[in-house]
Amino acid sequence: MDIEKKLINVKYKTDNVPHLVLNQEICKVCEDKVCLTICPANVYKQALSGENTDNDAKKSDTIECISVEYENCLECGACRVACPYGAIDWKYPAAGCGVAYKFS
Amino acid sequence: MTENFREKIDAIVVGAGPAGVSAALAIKRGGKNVVVLDRSENIGSKNMFGGAVYLNSIKSILPNSYKTAPYERFMTNHTYSFLTEDEAVSVNAVGKNQTTATVLRPKFDKWLVEEAKKEGVFFAPKTLVKKLIYKNGTVVGVQTEQEKYFAPVVILADGVNSLLAKQIGLRPEFFPKDMVLSVKETLKLDKKVMEERFHLEEGSKEGAMFEFFGGLSEIRTFRKNKKRLVTPFAIGFLYTFKDSISIGLGVSLEDLANYKMRPYELLEKFKENPAVKKLIKGAEEQEYSAHLIPEFGFNNLPRLYANGVMVVGDAAGLVNSAHFEGTNFAIESGKLAGETAVIALNLGNTRHNILKIYKEKLQKSFVLKDLKSYRNVVEKLYSRKKSILYYYPKKMAELMETVTCVDNVPKKRKFRKFFGSIFFERSITELFRDFKAFLRLFFDIMF
Ligand SMILES: Cc1cc2nc3c(=O)[nH]c(=O)nc-3n(C[C@H](O)[C@H](O)[C@H](O)COP(=O)(O)OP(=O)(O)OC[C@H]3O[C@@H](n4cnc5c(N)ncnc54)[C@H](O)[C@@H]3O)c2cc1C
Ligand code: SF4
Ligand code: SF4
Repeated sequence: MDIEKKLINVKYKTDNVPHLVLNQEICKVCEDKVCLTICPANVYKQALSGENTDNDAKKSDTIECISVEYENCLECGACRVACPYGAIDWKYPAAGCGVAYKFS
Repeated sequence: MTENFREKIDAIVVGAGPAGVSAALAIKRGGKNVVVLDRSENIGSKNMFGGAVYLNSIKSILPNSYKTAPYERFMTNHTYSFLTEDEAVSVNAVGKNQTTATVLRPKFDKWLVEEAKKEGVFFAPKTLVKKLIYKNGTVVGVQTEQEKYFAPVVILADGVNSLLAKQIGLRPEFFPKDMVLSVKETLKLDKKVMEERFHLEEGSKEGAMFEFFGGLSEIRTFRKNKKRLVTPFAIGFLYTFKDSISIGLGVSLEDLANYKMRPYELLEKFKENPAVKKLIKGAEEQEYSAHLIPEFGFNNLPRLYANGVMVVGDAAGLVNSAHFEGTNFAIESGKLAGETAVIALNLGNTRHNILKIYKEKLQKSFVLKDLKSYRNVVEKLYSRKKSILYYYPKKMAELMETVTCVDNVPKKRKFRKFFGSIFFERSITELFRDFKAFLRLFFDIMF
């Protein structure tokens, strides 16, 4: 299912500082990675895919394990509650920033 | 805000949803100065719900609301629909008595705030409270991104995630079992089509609402190299607005996590159910949204007050999620906390030994009474979810077929077969457990 298509209609005012920050050290050893599926806006993605070149793979120690498209966040809080290791430093975006519903 | 003004604040309310505005109105009406802070630029733009509000509840704080509130449609048509994969059995109540109306939160919340401003409540939009200022075991103010506000009493109406209640340890950390995640779409639908489809009188403000059980049952999942059929605990809803409808799902966060399901994929699957598809046909996507519903209920109630602070509405988990009721609990709890703040301010003592009046008032009101009688409902329903969301919808469809299908088989034989199946096609303990859960709920709610 195409989540991008759903998100097109959502209005945001993007904060230039990410409001969601992961402790990637924990993510690296996390088995279930529930954040990858639970998020209604698909904010979290596996950063290293099979398509990465050798070069990328070598850098994998320094590369983050989960990428965070915080710009798409709907501020629901589900990831914060679902992450079993409390690895998400979950804040609200700066005042006036983030999602802005018009018809909900 | 000017220094001069800030020195005069008697109370600070964090969050301008129904709970916060209701609290502020009660405080102002008690002759005290109150400021409401909200992180959104356009008030209401962070908030989503099903949703319908209850006219009596709104009237209890704003008697003129019938004339001025931005009500979209009045719910005259209420349907409970039990779905199987391709069939639906519905119970439909049609009535003229208008006690419930749909609203769009961005419009409704703005209206609430404007009404409060007219009575002299100060309002600061685009103000994010970062943390509470805590001194000698007492909350004495709040720290926003820019400045500090001080007041003898602070009311936390900051919604389900209430980071602030967490900060001062009024509630423990949440677990997935404490929450329902809701995803929803608002879809634009031509008025004429809507009126015909939902049997609403032409040109009227009549409206329809639906709750759906089942339809998302026995879904195939593939995890850890194992195939499984699972039934996530999910309840669907549909509401009609002036020229749009909302279609959504509330899903147990625990099930989403355990089954590794994506909430929007479940929503799409739900929309594909033939009975649902028919209702939303031709409607155009307008907005997608997501929000949590607190489900920790009466048995895990957070502390509702401490020195200098009270917690109201969703922030305190005051929701009856079995009925999607929350705004009424928010408004009532806000009002009772506001009244308590006035008493405390008049006494010049906002410590916990006075603020406990808030909890006593809540206990006497429908808020904690309802939460108490419903304390086991969600847990019990959850424990029997496969029965409720899969087995009984299927049996209801079968029964309807037995009744309606004319096929030269004697009726007696058909009915016998149907009722026999209830006892024999599952293990009898399942039936016994369903019955036990039903009895338990019946006695909890009635006595
Ligand atoms: C899908 C869904 C369907 C629902 N359906 C219904 C229904 O049909 N009927 C019904 O009665 N209830 C329904 N509810 C429940 C209802 O929406 C809530 O119970 C109600 O909105 C709670 O009101 P509140 O004022 O406590 O919190 P909210 O309405 O969540 O308001 C919280 C406010 O606080 C602000 N805020 C948060 N943190 C900060 C901070 N740090 N600083 C400044 N501001 C902050 C937010 O911007 C927001 O405006 C539904 C809920 C959901 C999710
Ligand atoms: S955020 Fe939490 S759930 Fe996601 S990978 Fe990191 S530790 Fe695991
Ligand atoms: S808060 Fe909700 S929308 Fe935002 S990242 Fe977490 S789960 Fe996704």
